[in-house]
Amino acid sequence: SSSSRDEVLRDKRAQIMSRGLPKQKPIEGVKQVLVLASGKGGVGKSTAAVNIALALAANDSTKEVGLLDADIYGPSIPKMMNLKGNPELTPKNLMRPLKNYGIACMSMGFLIEETAPVVWRGLMVMSAVEKLLRQVDWGQLDYLVIDMPPGTGDVQLSVSQNVPIAGAVIISTPQDIALLDARKGAEMFRKVHVPVLGLVQNMSVFQCPKCKHETHIFGADGVRDLAKSLELDILGDIPLHVNIRETSDSGQPVVISQPQSDA
Amino acid sequence: LPLWSAERSNLAGVQHVLLVLSGKGGVGKSTVATELALALRVAGKRVGILDVDLCGPSIPRMFRVQESAVHQCDSGWVPVFAHQDKSISLMSIGFLLEKPDDAVVWRGPKKNALIKQFVSDVAWGELDFLIVDTPPGTSDEHISTVEALRPHKPLGAILVTTPQAVSVGDVRRELTFCKKTGLRVLGIVENMSGFVCPHCSECTNIFSKGGGEELAKHAGVPFLGSVPLDPQLSQSLEDGRDFIQEFPKSSAFPALAHIAQQILDGTSPRSS
Repeated sequence: SSSSRDEVLRDKRAQIMSRGLPKQKPIEGVKQVLVLASGKGGVGKSTAAVNIALALAANDSTKEVGLLDADIYGPSIPKMMNLKGNPELTPKNLMRPLKNYGIACMSMGFLIEETAPVVWRGLMVMSAVEKLLRQVDWGQLDYLVIDMPPGTGDVQLSVSQNVPIAGAVIISTPQDIALLDARKGAEMFRKVHVPVLGLVQNMSVFQCPKCKHETHIFGADGVRDLAKSLELDILGDIPLHVNIRETSDSGQPVVISQPQSDA
Repeated sequence: LPLWSAERSNLAGVQHVLLVLSGKGGVGKSTVATELALALRVAGKRVGILDVDLCGPSIPRMFRVQESAVHQCDSGWVPVFAHQDKSISLMSIGFLLEKPDDAVVWRGPKKNALIKQFVSDVAWGELDFLIVDTPPGTSDEHISTVEALRPHKPLGAILVTTPQAVSVGDVRRELTFCKKTGLRVLGIVENMSGFVCPHCSECTNIFSKGGGEELAKHAGVPFLGSVPLDPQLSQSLEDGRDFIQEFPKSSAFPALAHIAQQILDGTSPRSS
């Protein structure tokens, strides 16, 4: 009958498709992978990734934490962690991650000159991300925090399809423009079956250091409304503070250098 | 005449093509593109904006036309008009999605194909300026856009940065990209440069200050201006309003108007 023929066809198609899809393989030595994404650029993914990685290590000194900067085109991690230089190679031809403040870091920024742009098409980007994930001697890590680039494209797809991800955190600023993209980011993770742990609202409010007047420069509470509509938790609310930028620029993340500040 | 030529294409009626680039995300490319278009319109120019940010198209929302759809005509797609007088025309993937929340999770080749279509199949008509708003980075979208626009001899690129070091670093890379691809750099805009507290007028440099200006000096390209953080500007973009016409007294207005004036001066018939 035609319905059983359809079923046979469907099964055969599913079989052929599954042969072609990349298989997920965990990274050697890494227990849990945490991904920080946003959809929108410039909302503070790298800043948050760096400080979250450090906070994870500070909360429990027995845990080993690694930080991977998957932003091939605009790697910010080297500057924020005050790291420079080409990684060494181990006898097994793996790259040794650079360490600072106890966190093992790897980034495209270590492999190219500071002024050199990475003008690559998707395929080369995929192979670069693969190398940054697997050709690195991470050792034994409890957590690997991956700082994603903006957007919902090749890099996000490659990472989600190749590596089992324990959870994704989506960061956004309160503006509608950023929330639109954050929503797309959340949907992308849903499509590739990665659990979204929650949202973080960044740059929520600015308090004038002189008169303490609070201004919501980028709007207010947009992320809370989005979280409610997507049925996700708000994991945090970070205000705008000059200290965050100052310490990021000088490579001394605020969690380390000013643990008592509001941020 | 050959079968296809720049003279007969859909971009034949466009006088000047300019790109808004940045290595870094979230610095205000779409904002600068939008405000520049609005300011040029006040100066009597016909402007089009091509939004090639396929993952995060912001332009439709900034003009409050996110619900609009794209129609076909003989020469291709008809751009969406932001106002009744058809002075600003827009094209973005945002108009082609079924729902505004749909995510575009595509790999490179599919993105390249759509960008080629955006450049060649949109019936722009007669425009003084076509502003191309790009996503952050130097990837497929940028390579394809520059390649597709090359026969139309773009005027150049405006690079947007915020003053802090991580942004300036990425924009320095973008400058190299422009040099490599032969794209003229019209200048650098330093956005989110300082915040003046509306209560006490104390100026705080939340994202630092001067990084963009220094980069311009160091790289030998014109510095087009510093735009301060302005909550009225953010709000007006959220609501899709015309900041240039409605908030001329706001703190970001003078800088934005000055940038538009420099573009106009650079393209007036007197200068070569």
